[in-house]
Amino acid sequence: MKIKNKLKNISKSWYFLIIIILIYLSFFIFKENIFYSSLSFAFNIFLKILPVFILIFILMALTNYFITPDFVIKHFKKRGIKKWFFAIIGGVLSTGPIYMWYPLLSDLKDKGLNHGLIACFLYNRAIKIPLLPVAFLYFGWKYVLILSFVMIIVSFIQGILINKLMEVKK
Amino acid sequence: MKYASIKSARSLWNSLPLILGTILLVSLISILIPSSFYTTIFSNNLLLDSLIGSLIGSVSAGNSITSYILGGELLTQGVSLMAVTAFLVAWVTVGIVQLPAESAILGKRFAFLRNITAFFLSIIVAIITVLIFKLF
Repeated sequence: MKIKNKLKNISKSWYFLIIIILIYLSFFIFKENIFYSSLSFAFNIFLKILPVFILIFILMALTNYFITPDFVIKHFKKRGIKKWFFAIIGGVLSTGPIYMWYPLLSDLKDKGLNHGLIACFLYNRAIKIPLLPVAFLYFGWKYVLILSFVMIIVSFIQGILINKLMEVKK
Repeated sequence: MKYASIKSARSLWNSLPLILGTILLVSLISILIPSSFYTTIFSNNLLLDSLIGSLIGSVSAGNSITSYILGGELLTQGVSLMAVTAFLVAWVTVGIVQLPAESAILGKRFAFLRNITAFFLSIIVAIITVLIFKLF
């Protein structure tokens, strides 16, 4: 009974991690080379995102300190088109993997940020300024600039679409 | 400020298993799916290839640079620019691998709607981009 209660207290997200670890363990038993390659790959990603993780912590702390629900309502709900520009610029300038930003966006959502703006922000994370030179190298500057421009416009459309779809009752 | 920092640390700690799990899952998929696999599954139908490109991009995960390298390889293998564009856009906008984390933190309904719309929009973005590109 005690174990059952303890299991109930464990967050679902830990179960997700446990399942992934079990998958890794099965690779360790049956395909050791894949286990080590994947682990090394994961370690490299972790090293790469660690500084971003610190930056996100600082941003979250600053956001928690300065951005109150009233602030969000004032800047994101009353400024018409400006809030969309904020989401677009924020998305383009943000760094690190997408999932690193979920906690911060969740916090902002609780403070009143609408789903469309979150979707718009996440869509624009696809445009990474530091990686543009690499994209130019592979596809040429003209193609990359057109693609980036189209994606920015579509991010706005997706945001509006998400707002409409979220309003539809389940 | 101290309270804000504690709140942020708690929020990040709660997300830690999801982030770690996602990193491990992304790594496993990146190792399991070799780049040669991607070049073998395209046909010569523009729309079908865009759909295939979008599907592969959606289930793939990793750094954008990886998608540029793969996209470049696909182009040299003769895959259409439209399919490659759909692949590149879906790679960075649709996150099937990150879906458990996204739905747990931002809500199931939002995560599902965002990913499904991003999937279809990747095809639309590909069509518009290639049309404009050919105009100039």
